[in-house]
Amino acid sequence: MSKLKSIEELKKLRENLQKGMQIRTQTGTRIIVGMGTCGIAAGAREVMSAILQELDQRKIEANVETTSCIGMCAREPLVDIEQAGLNRVTYGNIKPEFVPRLIEEHIVKGQVVPEWVVARMGSAGI
Amino acid sequence: MLELSLHVLDVLQNSVEAGATRVKLEVNEDLAGDRLEITVEDNGRGMDPEMTARVFDPFVTTRKTRHIGLGIPLFAEAARGCNGDLKIESTPGVGTRLTAGFQHSHLDRMPLGDMPSVILMTLLSPRNVDIEYVHRIDRQEFAFDSAEAREVLGEVPFSQPEVRAWLESTLREGEAEIKK
Ligand SMILES: Nc1ncnc2c1ncn2[C@@H]1O[C@H](COP(=O)(O)OP(=O)(O)OP(=O)(O)O)[C@@H](O)[C@H]1O
Ligand SMILES: [Mg+2]
Repeated sequence: MSKLKSIEELKKLRENLQKGMQIRTQTGTRIIVGMGTCGIAAGAREVMSAILQELDQRKIEANVETTSCIGMCAREPLVDIEQAGLNRVTYGNIKPEFVPRLIEEHIVKGQVVPEWVVARMGSAGI
Repeated sequence: MLELSLHVLDVLQNSVEAGATRVKLEVNEDLAGDRLEITVEDNGRGMDPEMTARVFDPFVTTRKTRHIGLGIPLFAEAARGCNGDLKIESTPGVGTRLTAGFQHSHLDRMPLGDMPSVILMTLLSPRNVDIEYVHRIDRQEFAFDSAEAREVLGEVPFSQPEVRAWLESTLREGEAEIKK
């Protein structure tokens, strides 16, 4: 595809989004993946890909971001989930195949998956 | 690391950590000359000459979470193992330029891997960093600048699912074109 055509496509996309008033910068849900060297070496990129794919499939809106090493290298890949008004929960040693269940339980049903939790904001102290 | 793109992701994260708002990422594949060169140049906080010399030492980091910094030492080792090396030029307050060179055909050279995914993941950073990406394979070239997309989008963020899909397909199609 030519660059020009691609930019035209983006302009249309933007117009449609604005028409439908679909711009929601604040979705209320943030998913943060540890992307320091330790995280990357443990497979964090594949975990983040799996998260993006799962959200797309289920049409769930969430901001997925990266962060650097937080000092729990042995627990990488680390995934934090933060939802408006709720505790931030840190999950550790997450594999791509865990992602569908993580999204289903934590985000869809609102239930923490206890066996993968390594810290909760305010309790274990990150 | 199993792919060079993972080392690229790692140094892109360094640039973001250093407060860069603009990063230029170049991948030059010179098949005739049998060289592969990856350059990452940012406008982040930069390092003084002493720090620049010391980052090759794994025991050097400005992290507070851990006492070793492995990103650059690992990337440098990968380059050296393939008849290449890694160079860093940096100026405090101006930015940093990192260049990793490899013998293209070297048996131990990792594949480039999935570049679109690492660019996309860095663009999703809430710190609004822009990436100018140029990938050349001999005379073929793919160039992409996220700042152009950002301008078109106005207040619509890269994290918007439809926008993210556009970014990904634009990067993937561009890469596929030059690999033909
Ligand atoms: N682009 C950059 N701009 C400014 N400083 C940098 C840049 N890249 C690296 N540094 C400095 O060099 C240090 C070492 O970097 P390196 O990637 O090797 O380790 P790290 O980022 O500290 O930890 P790790 O990569 O293992 O998660 C960093 O802590 C930072 O102070
Ligand atoms: Mg690093």
